[in-house]
Amino acid sequence: MADLEDRIRESQRMGIQIAKESEDDRLMTLSVGPQHPGSGHFRFVVKLDGDYIVHCDPDPGYVHRGEEKMCEYRNFIQNIPHLERPVIHDSTNITYSYSLAVEELTGIQVPRRGQFIRAIASELNRQIYTLYWLAIYGIFLGHSTMFMWPAGDRELFIDLMEALTGARVTHAFNIPGGVRNDIPNGFKDKCLRQITYYEKRLKEYEDIFYNNPLVRQRTEGVGILTKEDAINLGVTGSVLRASGVPYDIRKAEPYDVYNEIDFKVQYMQTADSFARAYVPFLDMRESCHIVRQLLDKMPESGEVRAKLQANPRGPPGEAYRRVESGRGALGYYIISDGTPKPYRVKISVGSFRNMLALPHLLVGAKMGDMPVIYWALNYWPVEADR
Amino acid sequence: MILPTHSQDSYDRYYMVTIGVNNTKPWPLLLPIYATRQIQLSNSTYRSSSNSPPTDIVGRPSPPSKPALSPEQDPVAFEKGIAGEILVKFGQLAHIIFIKHLRIKIAVEPSNIIRLATYLRDRLGFDHAESVTGTDYPKDNQVEVVYHLGSYTRQDLAGQVISVATRTNRDDPTLPSLIGVYKSVEYHEREIFEMLGIYFEGHPRNERFLLPEDWADIPPLRKEFRIKGR
Amino acid sequence: MLKELINPAQFNIMVGKLGDVLVKALDKPLGYAINWGRIWSLWPVHLETACCSVEFGAASSPRYDVERFGIIEAFGSLRQCDLIVVQGTVTRKMAPRLRMVYDQMPDPKYVIAMGACAITGGLYVDSYNVLPGVDGIIPVDVYVPGCPPRPETLIQGTMLLQEKLKVSKIK
Repeated sequence: MADLEDRIRESQRMGIQIAKESEDDRLMTLSVGPQHPGSGHFRFVVKLDGDYIVHCDPDPGYVHRGEEKMCEYRNFIQNIPHLERPVIHDSTNITYSYSLAVEELTGIQVPRRGQFIRAIASELNRQIYTLYWLAIYGIFLGHSTMFMWPAGDRELFIDLMEALTGARVTHAFNIPGGVRNDIPNGFKDKCLRQITYYEKRLKEYEDIFYNNPLVRQRTEGVGILTKEDAINLGVTGSVLRASGVPYDIRKAEPYDVYNEIDFKVQYMQTADSFARAYVPFLDMRESCHIVRQLLDKMPESGEVRAKLQANPRGPPGEAYRRVESGRGALGYYIISDGTPKPYRVKISVGSFRNMLALPHLLVGAKMGDMPVIYWALNYWPVEADR
Repeated sequence: MILPTHSQDSYDRYYMVTIGVNNTKPWPLLLPIYATRQIQLSNSTYRSSSNSPPTDIVGRPSPPSKPALSPEQDPVAFEKGIAGEILVKFGQLAHIIFIKHLRIKIAVEPSNIIRLATYLRDRLGFDHAESVTGTDYPKDNQVEVVYHLGSYTRQDLAGQVISVATRTNRDDPTLPSLIGVYKSVEYHEREIFEMLGIYFEGHPRNERFLLPEDWADIPPLRKEFRIKGR
Repeated sequence: MLKELINPAQFNIMVGKLGDVLVKALDKPLGYAINWGRIWSLWPVHLETACCSVEFGAASSPRYDVERFGIIEAFGSLRQCDLIVVQGTVTRKMAPRLRMVYDQMPDPKYVIAMGACAITGGLYVDSYNVLPGVDGIIPVDVYVPGCPPRPETLIQGTMLLQEKLKVSKIK
């Protein structure tokens, strides 16, 4: 009897202790740190209540290399190599925007053939970037074939860019005034052959990945970002277009020759992670059409680059130009004070803007959905940190 | 949106507010600077000629002696309409710095910026802030913050970017935060806080964001912060 | 005869000669076998520091397959890895984490510094947040130059590491 009473008293004491446990003790803080079996160099701290995320706090800056400060110590042409490193595999787009802004500041006119070549390189780079993004998405979901196939197909596009520019990823191809060199012989045929082969491959991707029941189950209905939230949070790129807003800089503010190209803005209305994964795929298909039209309409001959002085400079002023890159609107705001070096360069990247959607979407989601939501936001940490 | 008529009167009305004509000068320190900058802040299409008076305003399609161009011939008629609406509402509080194709820049005092931003969001339809830039001007002893606002919802405003600029003193700078108006400026303002040292009132977290935790130097984007070796 | 061998001087010589025989018989083949195992199963930690990670990812692609060298990319924890490839720029914020990751790896561990930024700071050497080279924090075995190094260069760097391991002693 005595020990039963003891046991009752003991359990009552324990019961009271359990009830007095504070809220903070129940939550577990997990630091999804710069080293984890997924993409690296971005850290966010989540607080977990069991399996549900209740709070998320991103902590970028692990690859902050001070690009904007370094721009002020180099002149306009010297800035190109280090400005293309933030998104090294989409480097034509990030220097495209810079070249457009500098051309507006200095008043350089780009010859027509140069504009076409720039647009072709930009579209090919968009494919290269999106394929890498899809490859990593495959790894995140555990679909290793989806890593191997896009990574392999990407090599064929990299071959094209290597024939065009001489380097695999860091092209340094766009300069203020045009492109560095003309396209080699036989490039047009190689490009068309590659696009034809690639359109067949896109159907296969759809079969193994987008129609895969496991992928669908994991991504459909997960992380819904409504249209009002998407507009309020100021997200851009495929994240915005997956939430039902058909906004594409190539249509809203056509730069170079995009007002002569006929293409449709791809968007979806469902606003979940599947839509955010599918819109880049639709963009890639549209991009194939764009490249075909560009190759058709390109003038047969002509200059590809304006005549440049050694230190191009313009009157004091400012310019804000944007380009649609793989992640969204990539804008450059350059203030010049009349010297060959810019006074201030501000890079407005899609990843930094989309980062705001990460705490918004993760709160309330399960921990197992975290890789799906995180990578569907098209977030490239090196670019966000600049 | 009502476009003002393109008469000479309306041009004078827009541009009269900027330099020296009004007696109330909310920007005493800045008027001379903006005056000089306006001659230079021109792109190639709107470069003012050398014999024009120093109060000639960039964006004006023709010198004062010629008649104004009709809307079909004026490439920035739409932008001028938007600027006109803003000036009708805000009068002397908003200064138009330049009007270019698809780009308008407005300068306001820090105390009026929330009102202007709310007006732009609710009445004109600029529903998100694309990016926020901070610049250091040690020569004027000021720091400037520029908000670039865009519109996703209105089709006719697609591609328009309005830049709203405020300036404040360089030593101990504080500015009101626009986070109540545009939620998208949260991380941008935090970055400007750590890079330039500007404190945003109303922002929930004025903290270090991209820099290392043990950063013990002055804010890096200030002009006196020299990169080593240069 | 045994009595003559057991006296101290002769015993030492016999033990010494026995030791040589054992070293030649066991240590070298055993060491060769252990080194062979280590060389062909270098598992890298998934620590992409910056832009060179794209070329490392391309090296795992079907064209420049590093899996045939035993370098498998995606796996679980870093406690079962023995290679750390510092891909790209190491910033001041990342440096303590890099050291923590290196400390948590079990011995024997090897380091490949990939890219110009990991060797000397590269293109970003005058930035305020970038370390001029990673060999101030962790001991580097192989330097792979390039900006970014082509996947073939990375594979050549791995083969150099393999050569280094072939002649190393077992601990």
